[in-house]
Amino acid sequence: MLARVAESIYWMSRQMERAENLSRFLEVTLNFILDQPENLVDPWEPLVQVTGDTQWYSEHYSRFDRPSVIHFLAFDDRYPNSMLSSLRYARENARGVRETLSSETFEQINDFYHFVNDAALQKVEPTADFFDQVRQQALLWNGILDGTMSHDIGWHFANFGRLIERADKTSRILDVKYFNLLPRVDDVGTAVDDIQWSALLLAISGFEAYRREHHLIDIEKVVDFFIFNRRFPRSILSCVAGADWSLSQIEDACSSAHPRSAKQASLGLRHRLANTNVKEVLAGGMHQFIDTLQLELNDIGEALNQDYFQVTLHA
Amino acid sequence: MSTESESSWQSQSQSSPGDTAADAHPHGPASQPLPRLIDYDPGEFFDELVNDRSIARPDTEVLVDMINRISGETLARRQRAIERAMYRMGITFTVYSDSRGTEKIMPFDIIPRVVPAILWHHIEAGLKQRIGALNRFLSDIYGPQNIVNDGVIPRELVDTSKDFRPQCMGLTPPNGVWCHITGTDLIRDSSGTVYVLEDNLRCPSGVSYVLQNRAVMKKNFPQLFDASRVRPVNDYPARLYNTLVSMAPEGVRNPVVAVLTPGVYNSAYYEHSFLAQQMGVELVEGRDLMVKDDRVYMRTTEGLQQVHVLYRRVDDMFLDPEVFREDSVLGVAGLMRAYRAGNIALANAPGTGIADDKVIYAYVPKMIDYYLGETPILENVPTYVCLDEDDRRHVLDNLDTLVVKAANESGGYGILIGPHATPAEREKFGELIRENPRNYIAQPTLSLSRVPTLVGESLEGRHVDLRPYILCRSPTDVDVIPGGLTRVALKRGSLVVNSSQGGGSKDTWVVANPGEETAST
Repeated sequence: MLARVAESIYWMSRQMERAENLSRFLEVTLNFILDQPENLVDPWEPLVQVTGDTQWYSEHYSRFDRPSVIHFLAFDDRYPNSMLSSLRYARENARGVRETLSSETFEQINDFYHFVNDAALQKVEPTADFFDQVRQQALLWNGILDGTMSHDIGWHFANFGRLIERADKTSRILDVKYFNLLPRVDDVGTAVDDIQWSALLLAISGFEAYRREHHLIDIEKVVDFFIFNRRFPRSILSCVAGADWSLSQIEDACSSAHPRSAKQASLGLRHRLANTNVKEVLAGGMHQFIDTLQLELNDIGEALNQDYFQVTLHA
Repeated sequence: MSTESESSWQSQSQSSPGDTAADAHPHGPASQPLPRLIDYDPGEFFDELVNDRSIARPDTEVLVDMINRISGETLARRQRAIERAMYRMGITFTVYSDSRGTEKIMPFDIIPRVVPAILWHHIEAGLKQRIGALNRFLSDIYGPQNIVNDGVIPRELVDTSKDFRPQCMGLTPPNGVWCHITGTDLIRDSSGTVYVLEDNLRCPSGVSYVLQNRAVMKKNFPQLFDASRVRPVNDYPARLYNTLVSMAPEGVRNPVVAVLTPGVYNSAYYEHSFLAQQMGVELVEGRDLMVKDDRVYMRTTEGLQQVHVLYRRVDDMFLDPEVFREDSVLGVAGLMRAYRAGNIALANAPGTGIADDKVIYAYVPKMIDYYLGETPILENVPTYVCLDEDDRRHVLDNLDTLVVKAANESGGYGILIGPHATPAEREKFGELIRENPRNYIAQPTLSLSRVPTLVGESLEGRHVDLRPYILCRSPTDVDVIPGGLTRVALKRGSLVVNSSQGGGSKDTWVVANPGEETAST
């Protein structure tokens, strides 16, 4: 596969996943504020904090209020990681490799982009229902990708991209709780706390799966579910294991004399996750754990770039 | 001559409608009078679908019947649905004027243009003859140059053509074919005579619309298709692939074929990616390729992989910075070295543009005579060559009735349509011609044929041309795809059909003779 094509597929897939997760953040927050007593916690500022782009936000917005944060995450086309920007880049990447995608895959991206772009042009604040539709579109895209494309190396680059991105976003959703929780340690174990943790599980579509396994909300079990559940497709461990599997397939298909550093990095992370448990995470500080994890995910992405996208005469 | 052949196909198809028509149209035996297209006025133009009394021409009666039965409102609704589907499918071209790279679909008209079987056979024979002569001309002009030595074409014309590539002298492309893919523009005048308007021998575009227009029409009017006995076009990608494979360097068993595109910002990018996808080959940009030891390689995740055939959709001048424009980033340094060494085949060969210089075009009938010893089956539009003193005087005296064209422009640019121009515009063109007569030709303004076209919810005649696509594997192995791109000038009274100038397209239905394959078989 052309190196440029592999790179575009990888980014297309990451950007689609990014757009989906932003809509999950927003949908869940919009539902969540309906359930909580007024002014108990401010749900909007943490959404900005977990992006890691608080500084950019402060330069462009004056307040952390609902309309500003929603616009920032959903429709701001100046912000390169907004939902709209992500979809636009994903579509541009898809356009550049559309001959390698199934027609349905391209059409879904194209449709999805127009759906969100049209909504942005209407200049009214989107509702939870809108984000629900976005999530449906994203799920449809994932289904189409898996159901209409050969699971060849191109698909593995796409799968790798979405799982790396998903692992990162699952960790950031968990991090929202850190930002929310920190100012009010007293709330631990209260009904409000329950609502908040349930909302987080809903954000990764994991509420029902969690209930089936554990029935009641328990902080340790929720964190364990987020990070270490082997069966749930949006848990961090599950994403990392899947990404590592796709890397193995890619490496097998692209046999080469020189060593691949992405595989080593992803295997390293997978082992570390396998050898850590939730008690250690909580004892060491969940936020610190998530920070390190995000750095490791970035390293794997960078190594992939070096391994497969920079092909020179000597390769 | 053309007028004669024209009337002969008309009279033949009218005199033998019996069994054929009955077979084709179970609902309307041929003995019944041909239907009249209700509420449609063809005016004083030649209409492709009906005659001057709005009566269906042979082979169009099923379609005319259908249009009469469906309301304008329904047609308009279906057309909007088709246009939405095309937008959704991303069947678009990029509009340069917009910084965000806005995409538009080429406007689509739901009323197809029908080409009767017998007319098509005439066109097909004419195009095969023409491409045969043009390929001979290219071999000659980059070789011994007999045609100029013998004084059939003035040497000056060749030496001053912007599209003559001295870098290509002495090259011998595989199978003696320079131009593998041609899209020739045809028009019909008020008598219905078919003329060649121009030969597009470089990177003719539009075939993706032919295939997609057909796909959406089949989806929307399946029964109509069956009854109309339309010939299929959807094997074009397979034929194109075979053509490309046939060019592979000697001794290469499983050649690697790729389509070379300038990139996603090129206005025809959709077509490049569509053709690559339909053929199942890589779509590459210049930056994906490199040349080592006179061989061309793609950068892949598995390392470097050799490429043997490139369907290049990049202009000559950008192909190789070592040989053509130094500043080009769209091509590949060393590509021409690899080409000269015979390690890569290029379609079309570099240098083919010389043969569609609009002044050289005027000499194609002479080429047919010179190389083939035949009379042209399809005529050129009568053309005045401004380099010729008598022609020039005539052109300058009659700018108000002529169409003047610059030799090397395309896409509807560099054109003066005399009757529609202001005196100041005519003055300016007169000046341009006097300054650089080599660069201009002039042709009478022809009254292009029309096809009923949906305007709002009613039908009005709009002018059309036709671009059939010709694939040439060897001088004796030539395919003409039964159909082509019908471009339609959507503005009332306009003769300009280019998509960049507000033109649209229609599906083109070439009717099958008995025994010929149809789109539904």
